[in-house]
Amino acid sequence: MDAKIRVVIAKPGLDGHDRGAKVIAQALRDAGMEVIYTGIRQTPAAIVNVVIQEDAQVLGLSILSGAHNHLIPKVMELLEVNGVKDLCVVAGGVIPDEDIPRLKKVGVKEVFTPGTSIKDVINFIRNEVVHTSVA
Amino acid sequence: MSEKINKAKKRWEDETLKKTIERFPERAEKFVTGSSEPIERLYTPADLEQSDYVEEIGFPGEYPFTRGVQPTMYRGRFWTMRQYAGFGTAQESNKRYKYLLSQGQTGLSVAFDLATQIGYDSDHDMSYGEVGKVGVAIDSLADMETLFEGIPLDRVSTSMTINAPASVLLAMYIAVAEKQGVSMAKISGTIQNDILKEYIARGTYIFPPKPSMRLITDIFDFCTKHVPKWNTISISGYHIREAGSTAAQEVGFTLANGIAYVQAAVDAGLQVDEFATRLSFFFNAHNDLLEEVAKFRAARRLWAKIMKQRFSARDPRSMMLRFHTQTGGSTLTAQQPQNNIVRVAIQTLAAVLGGTQSLHTNSYDEALALPSEDSVRIALRTQQIVAHESGVAETIDPLGGSYYVEQKTNLIEQQAREYIEKIDAMGGVVPAIESGYIQKEIQKSSYQYIMEVEEKERVIVGVNNFQAEKDNKPDLLKIDFTVQEEQIARVKALRAQRDQSAVDQALQSLKTVAMGSDNIMPYIIDAVKVYATLGEICDVLRGEFGEYKEAVIL
Repeated sequence: MDAKIRVVIAKPGLDGHDRGAKVIAQALRDAGMEVIYTGIRQTPAAIVNVVIQEDAQVLGLSILSGAHNHLIPKVMELLEVNGVKDLCVVAGGVIPDEDIPRLKKVGVKEVFTPGTSIKDVINFIRNEVVHTSVA
Repeated sequence: MSEKINKAKKRWEDETLKKTIERFPERAEKFVTGSSEPIERLYTPADLEQSDYVEEIGFPGEYPFTRGVQPTMYRGRFWTMRQYAGFGTAQESNKRYKYLLSQGQTGLSVAFDLATQIGYDSDHDMSYGEVGKVGVAIDSLADMETLFEGIPLDRVSTSMTINAPASVLLAMYIAVAEKQGVSMAKISGTIQNDILKEYIARGTYIFPPKPSMRLITDIFDFCTKHVPKWNTISISGYHIREAGSTAAQEVGFTLANGIAYVQAAVDAGLQVDEFATRLSFFFNAHNDLLEEVAKFRAARRLWAKIMKQRFSARDPRSMMLRFHTQTGGSTLTAQQPQNNIVRVAIQTLAAVLGGTQSLHTNSYDEALALPSEDSVRIALRTQQIVAHESGVAETIDPLGGSYYVEQKTNLIEQQAREYIEKIDAMGGVVPAIESGYIQKEIQKSSYQYIMEVEEKERVIVGVNNFQAEKDNKPDLLKIDFTVQEEQIARVKALRAQRDQSAVDQALQSLKTVAMGSDNIMPYIIDAVKVYATLGEICDVLRGEFGEYKEAVIL
């Protein structure tokens, strides 16, 4: 693969904790990916728009307010309504272990909780994107 | 004197140190602080040659307040133990407050949910999923009455973490007190009311800088005249640090914000000594104990100098940097969460040795969820143990005179001053935020820190070293989705029951004053008293003031 992996990092909801989102965005960029960061306080609809406009392969959702069980399914639903396919959606933030199966069930590929190594995130994304583009 | 010491130090290095280092090299090539600043092997009086004791360090309760703001510090009374709390509905939070007060807590600190903090009612589209999550949902005076039910507002001081709509929540608090028969002249507490750091780091802004600064100076003016015991602002470094800044940046950017507020009030025609005595600050306490202690001391001294020299304050109380501390949320780990109890204990020591006026200790489960009742109790007990058992509160500024701490105090003061000078050269804090300068500086520090962790140059116990196979996970507090439904039903019922024409009239008057230049506070108080909702009041102001758009910096 020669083309850069295209990633959107987004902050849904009203949560202003953007330290993690910014660090990940910068680290993915340093790892050679093309990264669009939405900024904070984005609605699910606005995020899906950015994904479509930017023709992203990966969407990273960062939530630390506890609203993940409401906001992430909403984003997934809108992606489907808009016919977005082959998008690798990952999430990060303060997300309790017990909520992870539910998020995976609606289509989230992986949930990165506090303390995850950045290298693991990069490797995961590279693997996933290679898989989807081969398939 | 320092020549003699330096000569002796050289001799020690040649005769004693060298031999040891040759046989047993040190653990690392370089040693750095929690903020990645270099640390020397040994500090001596020669490092403090420039510090005149009487001028720069001095005595507690006197300018420049390096050693503390009160003459007796904790020998007089301990700091206020104030746990930030609030979740779900007003009723649930009221129960938690009563529990905390029964456990010996001495002040309240209200956490509002994000919808409240951004001026949306619970039934607004943007509030979806956020209602009652990170704090209590307050839509109207009715919720506020429930929140403080049975809590005597003439005897408890209350801190409220509210910024963009601070005037509205203060107005509600005044109205609740009045219903309890307590006049606004008697209530005491703090509103955070610090919009600049919202643009920089925390994110709950509503309006653009100019009208936001007017709301703030209106509060200064109103409280000076009518609510004299209220701390009108809590100028906050906490969130700047949580966003990843260094200790010196925390001081520099926070005091630069402080300068902007004082200047705005002076420009609005207020006298410095009338309002500056009610300014308060809010800092973070991270794990690097000695660097943090130096940070608090440096902040105190630098602010005193700024108020005296830059703003010609005369009342020493205007020069006193009084501050609240919260232990560092971002230092807590989700892995082996019980270890956080120890981190919080170290941070508590930092805050107390740094001379804080009040303290919130984080609970050990906060990297996972909102704290449970059990974990909050341990956090409060940590403060009580430090107060009653550690001995550090028995003498004033016990680390004053440590060669390292004094040198570090000087260094942080100097670095913070350099940031302030740079910001002044950009035309002040607002242009420095709009251009993204401050956010970029924080981002650089934050990225450097995380890379040090990633490369294991910095060890975080339980995260990148000393990991456990299986974590012992505590029981977590869950906020039920029914909170949102209940809260929406409540605000809808309120709108159906209240005197709508009184609401319309109050909102119309508010609109008129928002366009003009009269003090807006009395009109907001009138509106909350007839049960206009927070969202309705903020919508009127949004209509007049517009909304702030974030400069996305990466």
